[in-house]
Amino acid sequence: MNGPVRDFWLQFRRNRLGMVGLALVLLLAAVALLAPVLAPVDPFRTSRQALLPPMSPGFLLGSDHLGRDVLSGVIWGSRVSLLVGLAAAATATFIGIVVGAVSGFFGGWVDELVMRVSELFQIIPRFVLALIVVSFFGSGLSNLILVIGILSWPQTARIVRSQFLRHRALPYVDSARVLGMKPLRIMFAEILPNVLAPVIVVASLDIAQAILMEASLGFFGLGDPNLRSWGGMLNTAQGFVQRAWWMSVFPGIGISLAVLGFNLLGDGINEATDPRLREG
Amino acid sequence: MSPAELQSKTAHPVLAIENLVTEIRSVRGLIRPVDGVSMSFPAGKIVGVVGESGSGKSMTAFSIMQLFPTSAARVAGGRVLLGETDLIGRSPEQMRAIRGSRIGMIFQDPTSFLNPVLTIGRQIEQQLEAHRWTGGPPAGDRGQSYANRVSELLTSVGLPRDVSTRYPHQLSGGQCQRVGIASALACDPDLIIADEPTTALDVTIQAQILRLMMRLQRERAVALMLITHDLGVVAEVCDYVYVMYAGRIVEEGDVRSLFAAPQHPYTRALMSGVLSLTGTGNIGFAVPGSVPDLAAPPSGCRFHPRCPHAMPRCSQEAPPLFDRPSGRSACWLHDEATP
Repeated sequence: MNGPVRDFWLQFRRNRLGMVGLALVLLLAAVALLAPVLAPVDPFRTSRQALLPPMSPGFLLGSDHLGRDVLSGVIWGSRVSLLVGLAAAATATFIGIVVGAVSGFFGGWVDELVMRVSELFQIIPRFVLALIVVSFFGSGLSNLILVIGILSWPQTARIVRSQFLRHRALPYVDSARVLGMKPLRIMFAEILPNVLAPVIVVASLDIAQAILMEASLGFFGLGDPNLRSWGGMLNTAQGFVQRAWWMSVFPGIGISLAVLGFNLLGDGINEATDPRLREG
Repeated sequence: MSPAELQSKTAHPVLAIENLVTEIRSVRGLIRPVDGVSMSFPAGKIVGVVGESGSGKSMTAFSIMQLFPTSAARVAGGRVLLGETDLIGRSPEQMRAIRGSRIGMIFQDPTSFLNPVLTIGRQIEQQLEAHRWTGGPPAGDRGQSYANRVSELLTSVGLPRDVSTRYPHQLSGGQCQRVGIASALACDPDLIIADEPTTALDVTIQAQILRLMMRLQRERAVALMLITHDLGVVAEVCDYVYVMYAGRIVEEGDVRSLFAAPQHPYTRALMSGVLSLTGTGNIGFAVPGSVPDLAAPPSGCRFHPRCPHAMPRCSQEAPPLFDRPSGRSACWLHDEATP
């Protein structure tokens, strides 16, 4: 590990909540990657043993109204959540960095335009818009990722912009100009590495938001119908909340832990990279 | 470089400024921080540019680079000749190719001019990449030749090779300035502009850095423009010197003869200031009064309000540069017609 990464890790390690977040995220990643090994049965396999409570033989977390194993559903569902979370946040971060960098570096009317557009995105309730778009264009996995990603870029863009506004006036940027570097190289090879810390923090929080939004869309029946997802499981559980609490509680725990994990991780990274937030 | 090559390279100036005028639009009207300045920078020579702050010495450097701290500034007239080509009116693209490649620059505060999150090696490589540096051995892959070039440069400025994997905060100010010199030399420039390169350093380090710059500049026969307000530094390292006052050159000449017999009253005042402040190296100027307001410069000779020898003529007519044994000096005292 080289200098800054090592310094960061030494700081981050001391943050207990951040470490809890990291552990949750690693757990989620492990479950998602090892789903075929961990899941006792095919999550779609139906059986006649419907609505069995947890701890039933063969159904550790019970079964749903079609006799599908809830545990296997929760394990496979982690894949959807993680994939949508990572891919949507990556989309949002990519758009946000490009837009924010151009806006902050060049300023002027470009900046003005970009900021007004980002405000437009921020005042429209994201979830309602996502609901409309997904119901219109269909709720395949790639659609979900694109819609959530495109709706989430403004925050990253604004942070990147404000950082670029500050950095473009710093001496090392002047020196890059004096050394004859082109604007693109100055933006992405010189300034960007300096402003990555807050971007990573926002990206981490974006993942949590994306997971939550995917689950919410799924809850409204707008998840990918070909995949077993936590939101989808909550959707089917709607009619059985009183009779079979395990159908909704376990996917719900999955969502909560995943969102909590990424939020704690984001906060931890923020505290480790921002000296003002450090204790003592 | 053989002595013959060195000789031929020193014959012509690598960069010459002719009648350069730079203007800044401001709320108080048009300011001319550089007003009709001509200078010449021969290969293998160190040319000092001295003056108080606000005399236009840094603005002259910005004008050569055509990069200004404010967008309100622009070159309004004159020529900047790099070899045969006039840099004024070049496209931004063409200027970019020249900056950092044919003209290197060394900054005042070396630590803040390095990118805090990139390794030293990476930063110099960036520069080589930006200019598609091809000075290495023709065969072999580019990344490798960049890495070799970086360690060669670091060695030449007296730093251990492993500095290339370090970050700026892990280096001292003197080490950072050595990196700055390495970066200025990276693409084998014709001219290096050093703007107060030692002002931010400790006195002991200053001497080391100056010696290093002198040695490298001689070895490579580069022209060096040394901007400073430190006459001690000029006396120590420069071959030729321009003294600037309020946007104009008041005196120029060979360092030895100029220091032996300063011609212009302003230069003489500066010198006496140096003498009274026993060689601490870094002194403030002791000329009574202050640099005039450039938005409303004094008429005639701009120094006349502070000059002990001021005559009626001085406030009416700006003196031209008169030839003197030591060089040239812009003062009516040198005019034969002056009673």
